[in-house]
Amino acid sequence: MSEPAISVHNLTKKFHDFVAVNKVSFEVGKGEIFGFLGANGAGKSTTIRMLCGLLSSTSGTATVAGYDINEQPEKVKANIGYMSQKFSLYDDLTVRENIRFFGGIYGLRRAELKERLDWVVEMAGLKGREDSLAVELAGGWKQRLALGCAILHRPKIVFLDEPTGGVDPVSRRNFWELINKLSEQGTTVFVTTHYLDEAEYANRIMLIQAGEIIAGGSPKELKETHIKNPILEVECDKVVMAMEILQRQDWVIETTIFGTYLHTSVADESEGRERIRQTLAENNISVKRMDRIVPSLEDVFIYLIEKGPQAGKAQVG
Amino acid sequence: MFKRIKPIIKKEIRQISRDRRTLAVLIFQPVFLLVMFGYALNFDVRHIAIAVYDEDKTEASRDFLNSFLHSEYFDLKYYLSSQSEINAMLDERKVWVVMVIPKNFSQKFLSGQEAKVQILVDGSNASQATTVAAYTNALVQSYSIKVLSDLFLRKRGMTLALPVDFRPRVWYNPELKSVKFLIPGLMAFILTITAVISTSLSVVREKERGTMEQIMVSPVKPVELIIGKTIPYVFMSLLTAYMILGIGYLLFDVVVKGSQFQLFFITLLYLFIALGAGLFISTLADTQQVAFQLSTIFGMLPTFLLSGFVFPIRNMPFAIQLVTMIVPARYFLVALRSIILKGSGIGAFWHQVVFLIVFGILINALSWVRMRKKRL
Repeated sequence: MSEPAISVHNLTKKFHDFVAVNKVSFEVGKGEIFGFLGANGAGKSTTIRMLCGLLSSTSGTATVAGYDINEQPEKVKANIGYMSQKFSLYDDLTVRENIRFFGGIYGLRRAELKERLDWVVEMAGLKGREDSLAVELAGGWKQRLALGCAILHRPKIVFLDEPTGGVDPVSRRNFWELINKLSEQGTTVFVTTHYLDEAEYANRIMLIQAGEIIAGGSPKELKETHIKNPILEVECDKVVMAMEILQRQDWVIETTIFGTYLHTSVADESEGRERIRQTLAENNISVKRMDRIVPSLEDVFIYLIEKGPQAGKAQVG
Repeated sequence: MFKRIKPIIKKEIRQISRDRRTLAVLIFQPVFLLVMFGYALNFDVRHIAIAVYDEDKTEASRDFLNSFLHSEYFDLKYYLSSQSEINAMLDERKVWVVMVIPKNFSQKFLSGQEAKVQILVDGSNASQATTVAAYTNALVQSYSIKVLSDLFLRKRGMTLALPVDFRPRVWYNPELKSVKFLIPGLMAFILTITAVISTSLSVVREKERGTMEQIMVSPVKPVELIIGKTIPYVFMSLLTAYMILGIGYLLFDVVVKGSQFQLFFITLLYLFIALGAGLFISTLADTQQVAFQLSTIFGMLPTFLLSGFVFPIRNMPFAIQLVTMIVPARYFLVALRSIILKGSGIGAFWHQVVFLIVFGILINALSWVRMRKKRL
């Protein structure tokens, strides 16, 4: 790959005394799906807004599509698409009018606009509803229309700021299929999310906490680097009590509640199984099931937040 | 540049035409206000109901009374026969004024002494009471002069014209109809409301919905956005202005005496200020509610109270008069009244034009600086 699609060096944003983004550096390759993860208030949106030219940076540099965000903001804007969690459409305009407006301000020619209009309507599954007002659309359709409007001008890079907020699971899955297609066609996708299951779709992930990057890599790499010990999923009764008991054992590395199960990290699998069963039995807690699981990004995330240099500073949302 | 402004104008017009409620307000408000000011809130006082208790009942007293009733200001409603009826007249609001002519009126009058007449005015509406009292005073004065001169001449057996024949003529608004005076004011008032409120709301609405952000990440420049957004409102405001003139002509015979071109120019100049003020407010407010309140406080109220629209500036306390100096509507109003009522040319109001230009540049520069700083 030649030069990266996005390249960020020591990017910093301060709001008075509060450092929202602290000397962040990373690169995103062309055609990559890049997941930017973090809790609410960790600095995800601030970073994305600086890269899109909505916010000026305090210090540091960044290039987007080869253009400097501070020196050539107009060039940057012509080459990117942006969609936020608000799905910013005009509620009082129809589907067609929304598409025409955004096509118009991006300077699309008539013939091109017509072709892209058909494409967006098809992609968003809005055929036959071109003349409905945007306000009448349900979340998933609105989201896809907003995406369509953001990429009408075929940008090289698309920034998606928590694009799946408030959308049902089926629509979320459809949406990610669209993102994958875009990436296959060579578009770079920069996406922030706090849904950790969604981050599995990304080629590469960067984890930000309290304005600083604490980890990065592919989902697989992250799991392998940070979770070396086997994790056992334990199904038992009195989960909370069981967790408190296990946390007190010095041979237990980590234990947390995941839904109604416990995820317990131990040094050795077979020895760990034996000790858990025994310890819980001593406390009259019966174990129904115990399986070794592949760690999820959520396991990695929690591990990193707790072990991280800034542990405890950010609220996990 | 125009390539990107066009879709913004189109979009804005669509949104305006789709927002039926606002559109209705914009169209019916001028009509409503005009009719209200023209008919209901008429500041002229005429045909005042009056009751008379004439204890004297002589030719002299009747003569005096007639001098009152011949004017169109007073209508005799009741002729009282006892002192006790007087209170009821005023308490039950049957009349505004009660006149009491005492028993010795003609006697004192004819002997050249001071004759006294009692006038009772209902003061519950202070401004009307003042006007009524002034009318009464004027009528009594003129009657006294007439009697005095008659008396004087009769004694000498001479006829003489009065040294000063006082015949007031009011220019520009001969019938002294306040509605004629109000129409230019109403134009200024409604233009302020339309331009300031609708621009600030339309910008802030985009901020609220997040569409502003979506436009700011596109190659559209702020100046293109502002031009695109304001052009439709300029047209709408001009439409309103001419609608007021049209209604003023149809209902109240107000014709533009001066140059139509100058009228158009001065209106456009005022719109430049009003739209600038609307933009400035939209840089201060993040919600439509706040934008509306700011527009009311800094746009609508000063235009209503401090421009000379309803209350004459020269009657205001000095400190308030100073405040009115920074109300652009004040200058617009002077120019409008000059053009519409007097038919005078720009020579009569060029001071006002200079001030409006300066104010327009200032407010637009100010909102421009704020917009750049906040990136909208």
